[in-house]
Amino acid sequence: MSSNAEYTPIEQTGVGKKAAGPVGWLDDRLGLAGVAKKNLRKVFPEHWSFMLGEIALWSFVVLLLTGVFLTFWFQPSMTEVEYHGSYLPFNGLEMSQAYKSTLDISFDVRGGLLIRQIHHWAAALFVAAMIVHMLRVFFTGAYRKPREINWLIGVGLFSLGLVEGFAGYSLPDDLLSGTGLRFVDGLIRSIPLVGSYIEFFLFGGEFPGDEIIPRLYMAHILLIPAILLGLVGAHMLLLIYHKHTQWPGPGRTEQNVVGYPMLPVYAAKAGGFFFVVFGFTAIMGALLQINPIWAYGPYNPSEVTAGSQPDWYMGFSEGLVRLMPGWETTFFNYTWSWNVFIPGVGGLTSLFVILGAWPFIEQWITGDKRDHHLLERPRNAPVRTALGVAGMTAYGVAWAAGGNDVIATQFHMDIYMLTWIFRIAFFVAPVIAFFITKRICIGLQRADANRILHGYETGVIERSPDGGFSERHAPLPAGAQFTLTAHERVPVLAAPAETDANGVAAPHSRKEKVRAWVRHRYYRDTLDKPTVEDVHHAEEHLGHLDGHPVELGDEFQGVSETGVPRVH
Amino acid sequence: MGLFVAGGMYYAIAPKPAEAQTTTANDVEAGRQLFLIGCASCHGQNATGIETQRGNNYGPSLIGVGAAAVDFQVATGRMPMAQTAPQAPDKPREYDEEETRQLAAYVASLSPGPAIPDGEYTDLDKASVEDIREGGELFRANCTACHNSVGAGGAMPGGKYAPSLKGTSATHIAEAMITGPQQMPVFSDDVITPEDKRNIIAYVKQVQGQPNYGGLAGGGLGPVVDGLFTWIIGIGGLVIAAIWIGAHGARVKKR
Repeated sequence: MSSNAEYTPIEQTGVGKKAAGPVGWLDDRLGLAGVAKKNLRKVFPEHWSFMLGEIALWSFVVLLLTGVFLTFWFQPSMTEVEYHGSYLPFNGLEMSQAYKSTLDISFDVRGGLLIRQIHHWAAALFVAAMIVHMLRVFFTGAYRKPREINWLIGVGLFSLGLVEGFAGYSLPDDLLSGTGLRFVDGLIRSIPLVGSYIEFFLFGGEFPGDEIIPRLYMAHILLIPAILLGLVGAHMLLLIYHKHTQWPGPGRTEQNVVGYPMLPVYAAKAGGFFFVVFGFTAIMGALLQINPIWAYGPYNPSEVTAGSQPDWYMGFSEGLVRLMPGWETTFFNYTWSWNVFIPGVGGLTSLFVILGAWPFIEQWITGDKRDHHLLERPRNAPVRTALGVAGMTAYGVAWAAGGNDVIATQFHMDIYMLTWIFRIAFFVAPVIAFFITKRICIGLQRADANRILHGYETGVIERSPDGGFSERHAPLPAGAQFTLTAHERVPVLAAPAETDANGVAAPHSRKEKVRAWVRHRYYRDTLDKPTVEDVHHAEEHLGHLDGHPVELGDEFQGVSETGVPRVH
Repeated sequence: MGLFVAGGMYYAIAPKPAEAQTTTANDVEAGRQLFLIGCASCHGQNATGIETQRGNNYGPSLIGVGAAAVDFQVATGRMPMAQTAPQAPDKPREYDEEETRQLAAYVASLSPGPAIPDGEYTDLDKASVEDIREGGELFRANCTACHNSVGAGGAMPGGKYAPSLKGTSATHIAEAMITGPQQMPVFSDDVITPEDKRNIIAYVKQVQGQPNYGGLAGGGLGPVVDGLFTWIIGIGGLVIAAIWIGAHGARVKKR
């Protein structure tokens, strides 16, 4: 904001003079100048990982644009028609209007296949980017107070994204999408007592009926996008209200945000990124085939094809169902399909419940009710990071199990053996991942402490009078030292009081004991950062190393691999 | 030209295809010699199979399997097997065309069985657009559940699999339908007529021969490959783009 001699107020520039009239006219009627002045200068911090959510946002915009194009030609009807389009192998074939119009988009509408493929790639990217963004938020602790509600909105966006994607996958009414619908039909029917009623309600009778495509179409192009759009808006507004989190560093506190203003910097960067995402999806849509509906043929409930899979984001629920043993019980004259209900309905539900509940669970464990605007490095919260990786591992195993048949055919393995490997791995691999991740985090914490206390490796090798070689260490610059230590100390954990001040048994003491135990596990093994005394002691130690033949000087930044001193 | 062989009693019963190659007693004898060297160790000296002590087959009996089965198994390299396995994989053939013909003549001479299919099954050029469409309907109803919608193959229990149909000749596909090798059921001519078989093969060849509309395809393996592309190319590429944007400061260097 500092002004200097070269600064020209915008009103005096050529553009400013020309725009003053119309802009003033608008401001007189809308009064937005005040809001705009404040928000256009809004500062955002800079880091590549803060742009992952943008991938999701921009692919959503691509979805809206390409989706509008597709609605011009798609006909959401299950009326039987005879095909006489350009795709000859289906000439004269009976199919639904929905499938026929999708074939027409693919073969007879100019640019239709390209737009369809861009739409599908953007959808796959939309969900993937949401997950990557969510992982970034999780592993940096950005969901902590005051951002829990925004985290919940994000979980809502993620779950609706899955439903929206699935609805789109089902619309073309090809053999693959019909098989996917049949899978969901089974999922719904496995719900005890009410399952078959819900099925009849959704499908307007028995599967498949002739209602489901028009209904899914309404949900796909109107209902869910509207909710998504609203939630995206709320997500962004809360982001502006809370201000963006930032990495710790010199000059960065819980009270400020260090970065660049919205206009012109982020307007340009984010706007540019939109074109990168659009360009990327366009290139993928142009070069890579996705969902070749003509290869599957029209849906027929009596047919199924080997290699039937959902789109990737539903793969984990498919995998959970494939892993589940075929348990079914019959009592009260009803069949209870645990084989589908537990992994299918239970798997999907528990994913979202765990995700939504985590910020509150962590808050309960740590007892931390303060606001946090500075991010935590994953290594500095080893248990959270390890839990996250364990969750990713369980998800990954379930996901891979969803493609067990493709793995079996492509790698010449036995599908039953694969199922057993995945069944065991689903329970064992997350535990192993937890411990490995936790140890890696602690190792990285030790490396950080080492760099603070013993300095960094300069690359200068010294030879002592008795012939030994050693590498000279130099103290880290103060800024780097600050950044490495700009996180909180591990809190001192005290056992909860058994009795209150008057010697009466404290209320909730059992609950508090459980909490104290969990809290102890949460912080156990976490390496605390060096204290000020530790650092002073280390400086004295480094200072004692007199008699060095090489004077490194303040400007020294280490040497490169070829021995050339690095310049900052 | 097909390797049309029929032998023994089958000659007396079944109507011979007009262009069928006649097999001589010499062929049968040459085939028997090859059989004794290369096949008898599992299938028995009289091709009646070898039973294990537990009552299983060491090698199954070949009585009545016909020339079609021999041609399919030997010409695709499935027989002789290199090692015991849940299923005999196709591999480069061990016996050349002449030897295969002789082996088929010998096995066909033992007992009547299906002959090697002729042009009725394999003249794909004669299939019209309607025929191909009908073949597609039959293919989706009977074949895709194991072989996948474009014949890319599929997994089966116990390490078995429905093999890919890519590059499989029309004759071999027809032979497989007639004889039902390994896990495959027999689709006899009463169930699926020779003309329908030809239409199915024509559809498979049509689907596999047409260009990949829409760009580089994942070999008919479906959304699993799409997911791989999404994460590696899509997310991978866009994260690199994000790093690139993040690495560039806002200020234009004027120094």
